[in-house]
Amino acid sequence: MKFTIALAQTDATLGVVEANLETHLHLIREARQQGADLVVFPELSLTGYIVQDLVPQVALEPHNADPAFTTLLEASRSVDVVVGFVEADTRYRFYNSSAYLSQGRVVHIHRKVYLPTYGMFDEGRFFAWGDHVEAFDTRFGRFGMLICEDFWHVSPPYLLWLDGADLLLLPTASPGRGIVPARERLDTARWVENVVQAYAGLFTVFTALVNRVGYEDGIHFWGGSALFGPDGTPLVQAPYHEPALTLHTVDLRALHRARARLPLLRDERTALFQRELARILSRRDLPHAPHL
Amino acid sequence: MPETVDLSINTALVRRILVGFLRREIRRAGFDRAVVGVSGGVDSALACFLAAEALGPENVLAVRMPYRTSSPQSYEHGGLVVAATGVRERTVDITPMVDAYLERYATDASPVRRGNVMARMRMLVLYDHSASFGGLVVGTSNKTEILLGYSTLYGDSAYALNPIGDLYKTQVWQLAAAVGVPEVIVHKPPSADLWAGQTDEGELGFSYRLADQILYHLVDLRYTPDDVVALGYDAALVQRIWERVRRNHYKRLPPPIAKLSHRTVGYDFWYLRDWGT
Repeated sequence: MKFTIALAQTDATLGVVEANLETHLHLIREARQQGADLVVFPELSLTGYIVQDLVPQVALEPHNADPAFTTLLEASRSVDVVVGFVEADTRYRFYNSSAYLSQGRVVHIHRKVYLPTYGMFDEGRFFAWGDHVEAFDTRFGRFGMLICEDFWHVSPPYLLWLDGADLLLLPTASPGRGIVPARERLDTARWVENVVQAYAGLFTVFTALVNRVGYEDGIHFWGGSALFGPDGTPLVQAPYHEPALTLHTVDLRALHRARARLPLLRDERTALFQRELARILSRRDLPHAPHL
Repeated sequence: MPETVDLSINTALVRRILVGFLRREIRRAGFDRAVVGVSGGVDSALACFLAAEALGPENVLAVRMPYRTSSPQSYEHGGLVVAATGVRERTVDITPMVDAYLERYATDASPVRRGNVMARMRMLVLYDHSASFGGLVVGTSNKTEILLGYSTLYGDSAYALNPIGDLYKTQVWQLAAAVGVPEVIVHKPPSADLWAGQTDEGELGFSYRLADQILYHLVDLRYTPDDVVALGYDAALVQRIWERVRRNHYKRLPPPIAKLSHRTVGYDFWYLRDWGT
């Protein structure tokens, strides 16, 4: 099974869904013309990243009654689309979400489960915490989706792996920082790429990082979207700092070859993991026990 | 010798980010042009080079604003920046305006007060040229002086956006050399040039190289002052620098508004400047 993925490395107009929707539709058409089967946009691609008090204004309900989603669902009839947006649930809780759209329907929505609220980040102030990490079936295979900080924690990708995901879609909006010591890349680029590449190798899965570009006030997003194969091999990378549409044809048979060589999935001892985790979490008296 | 960190940067990478920042953020504010106060020093020279690269030299106005006590060398060095970048230039002698005020209302003013009047007069001239030229005022404060509070509030600290405010002075030197700022500007002793013979390092009482190391550990690496001293730095100096950072914090923030309502600017009214653009 082969299919072509397009990493849509976009900038955004902050808080103007209609303007960003236009960019999405243009790139979806462009990707389709170039032969893409799936187009992946970055975190919060329909709104911009630092939305703060704009959150309730730009929030969408991901179904056919919403004009933006009607348009995107229509576009998804010819090519699958992953889009980042602010999601309002029926009780007006607002999530940092990404939706997988295909054949005119919403296949899966991931609500970000780790909202960074420290240093320069303030997501916990404005967003509700997602509470599920689940793989889902697409017409190409079983995938998983995680948003930015979700994959700075090791457990969400691990859960997706056990839940059957063979390709991890990783939309992100990574602010560039760290210029000392002098290196070829920013600290953040180096760290994110290392982590995403490591997951591909550790879990023998494909990983697709889709990072945005552009600026919001003084904050800069570095791009560098990348696809890694199930032995950790870099397959394709978008340029740093500039918008790009980067296509690559994924050969899912690479999973067969990677796991024939390195049976990490076969040998993963989930029962041992479960047993030990239960033991660790039950010992709350220990100083090193994580909180629940 | 105290332990040091190599503060050198990838100048090509930083240049790319900063030029992109100026271009994108000035344009999304609705402008294509910039105004830079060019003093002849390395900070404003670097800001002018970056602005020229971002917008094209024809869209950048360098304003040179000497006072009668300013060093003629500073003025000449400003001219070198204009020549090297090809930006537009305007010289505004601030002497008559500054002296009109000082002679009538502040004959007893100390050198610091006089320096502050000059810095604020330059701000007034820059912002008027912002309106007449149709360009945003580009800031020229570096991270070292922002942290130390070595600036005049609403004087040189007033600007629309700042490309170099997250670069320590030693990093400014490195980037300035890389973008082509004339060597004579990069290598001269830094001076606010508010009175004859003034140098930053003389007035501050420590060198920028030393201050940058201490600040980098305290701020970027989140060392406590005691941990910095344990690296071999002079305890009194570390304390003095950290106290300066604390005491001058007011210069880095918008002034506080007394909160009365449920939603108040500065506390619970959260939008970026880039809102809607």
